[in-house]
Amino acid sequence: MTIGKIFKTIAAAALASTLIVSAAYAETIKFGASAPKTGPLAGGAEVSHWPAIKLWVSDVNGRGGIDVGGEKMLIEVIEYDDRTSGEEAIKNIQRLINVDNVDFLIAPYSTGLNLAAAPIIAQAGFPQIAATAISDGIDEIAKQWPNSFWLLGSSSEFAKSVVDVLVTLRDRGDIGDKVAVVNVADAFGIELMNAGKPALEAAGFEIVYETSYPLSQQDFAPIISAAQAAEPDAFIAFSYPGDTFGLSAQAKIADLDVGAFYVGVATAFPAYLGANGAAAEGVLGAGAINVDAEGMAEWRARHKQVTGMDADYWASPMTYVGLQMLEQAITKVGSLDKADVIEAIKTMSFDTVLGTITLDNNINRKYWTVGQWQNGAFRGVASTGMDGEVAPIVKKGWK
Amino acid sequence: MSFIINGLLLGGTYALIAVGLTLQYGVARIMNLANGENLVFACFMAFWLYTAFAINPILGIVIIAPMAFVINWLIYSYAMRPLVNRSKTSGQLEVNSILATFGLLFILKGLMKFSFGGGYFTYNYLAEGISIFGHNYGLNRVVAFIAAAVIAGTLYLFLNYTRYGTAIRAVAVNPTSASLVAINVPRASAFAFALGGALTAASGALLSSFYTFHADMGMDFTMKALVIVIMAGVGDVRGAVLAALMLGLTETAIATFVDPGLTAAGTYGLFILVLLFRPQGIFGRSNS
Amino acid sequence: MSRLNKIFSQISKQEKRIALYCAIAFAIIATLPLFDQGFYLSISVNIVMYIVLCTAWSLFSGPTHYISLATAAFYGIGTYVVAIGIKDIPYPVLLVMAAIVSGGIAGIVGLATLRLSGVYFVVFTLGLSELIRQIVTWVQTNFSGSSGLYVFTDIREMHVFWQLLGLAVIVYIVGWLINRSRLGFAMQIIGNDETVAKHLGINTAISKILLFMISGAIIGVVGAIMAPRFSYVTPPSAFNPIISFQVVIMALLGGTKRLWGPLLGVIPFTILFDQVGVYFPDQTSIVIGVAFMAIVYLLPNGVLGLIETIKQKFTSSTKKEDPT
Repeated sequence: MTIGKIFKTIAAAALASTLIVSAAYAETIKFGASAPKTGPLAGGAEVSHWPAIKLWVSDVNGRGGIDVGGEKMLIEVIEYDDRTSGEEAIKNIQRLINVDNVDFLIAPYSTGLNLAAAPIIAQAGFPQIAATAISDGIDEIAKQWPNSFWLLGSSSEFAKSVVDVLVTLRDRGDIGDKVAVVNVADAFGIELMNAGKPALEAAGFEIVYETSYPLSQQDFAPIISAAQAAEPDAFIAFSYPGDTFGLSAQAKIADLDVGAFYVGVATAFPAYLGANGAAAEGVLGAGAINVDAEGMAEWRARHKQVTGMDADYWASPMTYVGLQMLEQAITKVGSLDKADVIEAIKTMSFDTVLGTITLDNNINRKYWTVGQWQNGAFRGVASTGMDGEVAPIVKKGWK
Repeated sequence: MSFIINGLLLGGTYALIAVGLTLQYGVARIMNLANGENLVFACFMAFWLYTAFAINPILGIVIIAPMAFVINWLIYSYAMRPLVNRSKTSGQLEVNSILATFGLLFILKGLMKFSFGGGYFTYNYLAEGISIFGHNYGLNRVVAFIAAAVIAGTLYLFLNYTRYGTAIRAVAVNPTSASLVAINVPRASAFAFALGGALTAASGALLSSFYTFHADMGMDFTMKALVIVIMAGVGDVRGAVLAALMLGLTETAIATFVDPGLTAAGTYGLFILVLLFRPQGIFGRSNS
Repeated sequence: MSRLNKIFSQISKQEKRIALYCAIAFAIIATLPLFDQGFYLSISVNIVMYIVLCTAWSLFSGPTHYISLATAAFYGIGTYVVAIGIKDIPYPVLLVMAAIVSGGIAGIVGLATLRLSGVYFVVFTLGLSELIRQIVTWVQTNFSGSSGLYVFTDIREMHVFWQLLGLAVIVYIVGWLINRSRLGFAMQIIGNDETVAKHLGINTAISKILLFMISGAIIGVVGAIMAPRFSYVTPPSAFNPIISFQVVIMALLGGTKRLWGPLLGVIPFTILFDQVGVYFPDQTSIVIGVAFMAIVYLLPNGVLGLIETIKQKFTSSTKKEDPT
């Protein structure tokens, strides 16, 4: 082989590789994601939102990409941090649409940010599959922005289910009538409180203590001791991750003697069990999954393997489901036409890691509402018609 | 009644960071906006020591505080001293130090996010109840309070009964006169800045045993510390401890009896009253 | 009227020419939405917003050296005035109301705190924003049962841009008038030495409060103009303390000795902040922090100071070369 030949070979190889790269580039579908990486909700997003996206990208590209009209296209995600600010989220989404020219958007994290971003996403005509928003306004919102889809449910269903679980426990003679109820002063907590209070009263419960506290609350000793002083039979907190951990730790320390203890978002995080150990037993929380459902154990194992983190027992799979839905709608349409994809999402039936999902007026009507830590797993105890509900157990102390 | 003990326990942890800040601002004349990040950094260190090496946070202080001392000494020597030398007036220094420590704040926060992520951290150390007057309180809080009291007491003795401590207090009162009586002001300033950082770090290590912490919470603590320092009068260590306990009590009382959502409002309400009626601080002496 | 005439008669030819150039420049910038309605318009809105905020901030903080971190408070108040009233009150009226409410609160704050100086003032203003945010959150969650307010209007990004641009013109004219007036003169003396100012018979408190109110009112209007852009207003976004910090940093980065100084800080910083968010989304904090340190140590007097140093060097070297 002469030097000239070697040179030619190298040149040819280099040319070929650039061609491959550019060819691969042309077949890439670009997704844009804006969600918290900093700010008060970063903690929640780091558990439920970002890892689910990472896993999905790895899964899709692992099988060669998304099937678009018979051709496999690899996917790529452009990520921005919205710093838990609606203003920043809007700016990010504008950039994703206008500068990065993404083909699709991955909906933001949390109720507030999804609501904040909805108008701008609608204006640009992108589908918005919100997997981490709970609101009673979703019917109205879905009507106003028909490009938006809401998977996680409505606040009143969540609140009603909590009351139903308490009623079950009361009917069994496990708890009495007195309830202490607190909420975080953010979209999620306020909506659940607004729905939960009348539901509790209608079910004949007596609210002996109620308060709200800010998102940035750091010290939970006063709340728990004030609640304790009112001697409730059940304690309900419509809380976000930071406060869920804080209230639980304090309740354990104060040995809050209740037969039912409910905390909101992050109860379903594996870290909750890690932080509370045996004391987590019997704790009720928002959302759930059916851990025994087909494929769930395998999905969780893959989540751990790919992202290095355990998936939570609620929003992680739902975020993944939202992405699966987008993928399946694109495949069904066979093109990257956003309007067609939106129409497809409205009517089609999706085969997801959480089973078959169909939407009714852009809203998922079947979902888990209350889960409970039972023997080291977070199991669904209430839902709007899911399979695999188990009976709630009474909370027996904090040891 | 329980709110008094809860308030005092909380105030005790505020005391150390406030004392740390009052040393940095009162002696070294640096308004360190990154002090809260210093505290959070110590939280992460304590977490790491506890989870990786089973070193409890109280013992962890022995490692964390000297480390913070060295880091803060370096920060002062290489980042702050050029500003001190360059600034002709205290107003200029204030502006410069606000800017520089704001930069420091971002860097530290970024490093923590880079190494630990943006998640919520918590670990179980003495997370059990201890009964005081018939009510249960966190044993970790009580232990942290005692440790804070010991540290603050030692510091008080050091500042009041040692030669070097007296020198530092002299610099706090008047750097120009202090240099006239052969006190090495730059060195005393660096020492005070480093010591302030070490105290803040100690407070962080203690705090981590009972707080759910995350990389973004530094600013909250900087604010609380600033409010305490100004309430007490800048540079007043004893005042800072008392003001910290007062703040702890006020916050707890409002959270228990009024509404947890108005805790911060109460803090600033208290602060406004102090500023309006005792701008030199509750325990400060009037300059005029 | 006669005073106004007097001011206008004092305008020199050079100033008239500058005014003309500025008018042309503004007119050109105002055509931007005709070319791009996406990202470039969006970042321009941010730039103009911060130009107005930083210039308004410098009106007060520039001459007095009082670092106010109350920007978020006034801004948030303005945003909330619009968010609360948008359904019932015509939008232009809301802008005026935003100015009055923010200015009024600035006046009250001024009365209470302007006796304070240095770090006391800094912490108080930072605390004030937090206080107002907490109270708004508390009132909203306890009495209106929601955490946010929707602001639905026909106002699009380009309208926001034009309004901000208009406000920028007003701010520059106000700033220019203040510099020429007794108030501006008084502020300069106060900034140099407050004791001297008092001895000269300047009512320092009233001068400062007046300026703080003007500054606060303008910031409030910015918040009001921005409200329709949020579409969903919550206390954390309206009263975001980062706004206060960014304003201080950008204004000081640019330099506050001249009216147009902050401009020099806002443009590079807004673009830098944006680019960092794009290319280093996970390391925004570190990169920004490093950038700040570099700025403090390399540009102590802001970009303005750098330009003036270069200019001085240039003129002194040309003078030396000049044999006469």
